[in-house]
Amino acid sequence: MYLIFTAIAALVSTVIWYKNAPEDKYMLSTLSLIYWGATLMWFVDHVMAYLIEGGEFFEITLDATLLGVTVVLLGLLVWLIILLVKDPKKVFYKVLHSKR
Amino acid sequence: MACFTVPLAEAIIVTVVKKVVEKKERDSQVKCTKQSELVSANETGLSWSQKLSWLTRLLWGGVVLLALEHIWHGEVVPWMPFLTAMNNPADIAPMLHEIATIGTSMAVFVTLIWIVMVLVADHKVKYISKNVKVEN
Repeated sequence: MYLIFTAIAALVSTVIWYKNAPEDKYMLSTLSLIYWGATLMWFVDHVMAYLIEGGEFFEITLDATLLGVTVVLLGLLVWLIILLVKDPKKVFYKVLHSKR
Repeated sequence: MACFTVPLAEAIIVTVVKKVVEKKERDSQVKCTKQSELVSANETGLSWSQKLSWLTRLLWGGVVLLALEHIWHGEVVPWMPFLTAMNNPADIAPMLHEIATIGTSMAVFVTLIWIVMVLVADHKVKYISKNVKVEN
C-alpha cells in the first residue's frame, strides 16, 4: 500500500513541478525526486519479495495504509526542511533585512 | 531487514563525488571568466554536478523514507546495534543475504534509471541547441 501511496505522491509532485517549470521556486523537483527514489526502491523490494516468497504483490492492510500516509507526510516534512534551509525565495533574508 | 544500507552507502559516496565535481566546475568557471571565454548554456549542456544532484536526491529521498518503513516494522532502532537482526545470531545471515540481493538491486535499479534520465536530458539539450543553431 505504501508503494501505491508513494507512487501517487511522486506522480502528483512531478505534474505540479512540470506545470511550474522551468521555474522551481518551491524546489518541487526535490520533492518529486524524494518520492521517485522511494518508489523505485520499494518497487524493487516488492518485485524481489514477490519472486522469492510469492504471495500478494500489494499489502493492503490498515497498517500498510497508515505507513503509506506517514511516508508521504515524512517526504513533505523533509522537503519543507530543505526548502526552509535553502530558502530559494530569500524570504528569511528579506524579513531580517526589512526589520533592520 | 536492512536493505536500504546499500543505497545509503551509495548516497554518501555520490554526495562526496558531487561536492568534488562542484568544486572543480566552480574553479574552471573562474578560469573561463578570467579569460573572457564565457560559453552559453546551450553549448555546454547540463553540468555533471546538476546530473549528480538528481542521483543524490533520488538516493537520499529513498533512503530516508525506507528508513522510516524499517523503523515502523521494528527492524531498525535508535540504539545500538541499530539493526534488530544483530541481536539474534540466527538473523544475521538472512540480513546480510537481503542486503546483498535486495539492497544491491535497489541501488543498481535507481542508478540505471538515473543513467536513462541523463541520456534523455543530454539528447534533449543537443536537440535544442541544434534547433537554435538552425534558426540563427
